[in-house]
Amino acid sequence: MTTRTRSGRALALDILNHGALTLVALLFLFPFFWMVSNAVRSNAEVLAIPVRLLPNVFEWDNFAKAWTQLPFGRFFLNSMIVSVSVTLITVVVSCLSGYAFARLKFPGRDALLMAYLGTLMVPAIMLIIPLFLIVNNMGMVNTFQGVILPVSFGTFGAFLMRQFFLSIPMELEEAARIDGASRLRILISIIVPLSMPAIGLLSLFTFIGQWNNFLWPLIVMTGSDNATLPVGLTYFQSQQGTQWNFIMAGAALSMLPGIILAILLQKLIYNSIALNAGMGGR
Amino acid sequence: MTAIEDTAAPAPLIRSRHRSRLDRREGRAAFFFLLPGLIGMVLFLIVPIIASVVLSFTNWKLLGTPEFVGISNYVRLFTADPQFWPVVRNTLFFTAEYLVLNIVISLGLAVWISSLKMGQRWFRVIFFLPTFTPGIAVAIVWMLIFSPGGFFDYVMGALSVQVPSMLTDQTLAMQAVIIVSIWAGVGYNTVLFNAALDMVPQSYLEAARIDGATAWDRFWKIRLPLISPTLFFGTVMTAITSLQVFDQIYVMTRGGPGNATSTLGYAIYQRGFQNFQMGYASTIAWVMFAMIMALTAVQFWLQRKWVHYDN
Repeated sequence: MTTRTRSGRALALDILNHGALTLVALLFLFPFFWMVSNAVRSNAEVLAIPVRLLPNVFEWDNFAKAWTQLPFGRFFLNSMIVSVSVTLITVVVSCLSGYAFARLKFPGRDALLMAYLGTLMVPAIMLIIPLFLIVNNMGMVNTFQGVILPVSFGTFGAFLMRQFFLSIPMELEEAARIDGASRLRILISIIVPLSMPAIGLLSLFTFIGQWNNFLWPLIVMTGSDNATLPVGLTYFQSQQGTQWNFIMAGAALSMLPGIILAILLQKLIYNSIALNAGMGGR
Repeated sequence: MTAIEDTAAPAPLIRSRHRSRLDRREGRAAFFFLLPGLIGMVLFLIVPIIASVVLSFTNWKLLGTPEFVGISNYVRLFTADPQFWPVVRNTLFFTAEYLVLNIVISLGLAVWISSLKMGQRWFRVIFFLPTFTPGIAVAIVWMLIFSPGGFFDYVMGALSVQVPSMLTDQTLAMQAVIIVSIWAGVGYNTVLFNAALDMVPQSYLEAARIDGATAWDRFWKIRLPLISPTLFFGTVMTAITSLQVFDQIYVMTRGGPGNATSTLGYAIYQRGFQNFQMGYASTIAWVMFAMIMALTAVQFWLQRKWVHYDN
């Protein structure tokens, strides 16, 4: 009897615990709700006092209107071009360098690896000015090369891939060596297929990092047609009076890829962060 | 000729010669594998780092030729620029409050989530979502929430709390920026700390429970020390990023009202890309770098007092 009441109380506490955190989570999600709720009302109603949680009239076509009012499709495409290109270059360069660091002997290897790690400590914002000057000198202001190339050679990827390659058994490639396969061949047909989890991780975080990047595209893409999505969003602000409903619709659309990826790939994200936690920053 | 020599030579020599030829071949392969990365790193990391130092000693304004001015940018920054100290103070204020709130809230949420019997991953995803969305979109919706007569004012009115409009008030504007930054940034640390808590061996906690340790004791004496290396890592990374805060400020306040929310990151942008004072902005960047290094060093020094490595 006592065990039953005790377990009954534990169950009640459990339900309370889950319920309370659900409440906190709903409060936390409120800004997302507020964004969508304001995206589908008229601009007058966005600013109306008192505030209403839901619009009087749902104007779902605001999403379509926002999309056409500014060259939003263009911004979306620009963001996609930049994010995909940076991700591709980063993955290829990181795999090549990571392989050299993990599997090849050459003089100064450890010193070079330390230099790679050292550059990770330099904050991005410090390099913004000289990077802009380099891009400017190469005549790449307001071009896709200008926005893509300078952010594609971060040294983190090389380090990540090296760590992963080290965990792949040497024997797997030795057989191929004996058969006379070149190093590049081995990398492409043996190492890379085995490294898909690490490559997936690097791609995911690079893609999202670029999709959300603001300051660098803001500085390089000076023409309004070449703006990426985050920069394009700020254009609603500078026009005659802010069009709050359209800006909310645009912001919601710009969030979609990240939200979808976060939900679809939650396990991969958790595992990658858990890896960090496991290393404890050591 | 070489073939004869090779066969005639004693075995160890063959090996070593064979090895050195192999090493040379590996070295050549390594060179080609590293080449793209090296070109990129030199061009977009090493050269900019050097250029940034050099620029900070010039008065270059983008047009015309840069002129070497010695340390006068630094002197002007520390002694004559009326905006510099307020900007430093704003940055330190933001970092201190944001860092403490972020770590306390994310640790609290992580412990709370780990106490759940089900749905842990859904709560993790929910708190992580803002991490994966553009900071600009986040800042924009919060700007609407904080706008005069907006949702925040409505809630405060309903609670009969008299507050001036957040974004236009000298003292409250920074608080608004901090709230937004917490909402946007707390998720990563939550997942990080939650993962670390998951790795604490259940047997330790069970043993302590049998010995009569309360939940509070188990948290302070077992779980917290065991996750302290992760906590340290999270704190260092959060401090480094928070000293560079920019996006929220650009969208929500543009450094205002007055100079109330102008931080070093915003000042670099303003001086460099609005006033085109490239030299002076580079000087500010190096001051920021020095602050990041100093703060990181302090944290590494402090870690001896509270971080427990299990070896």
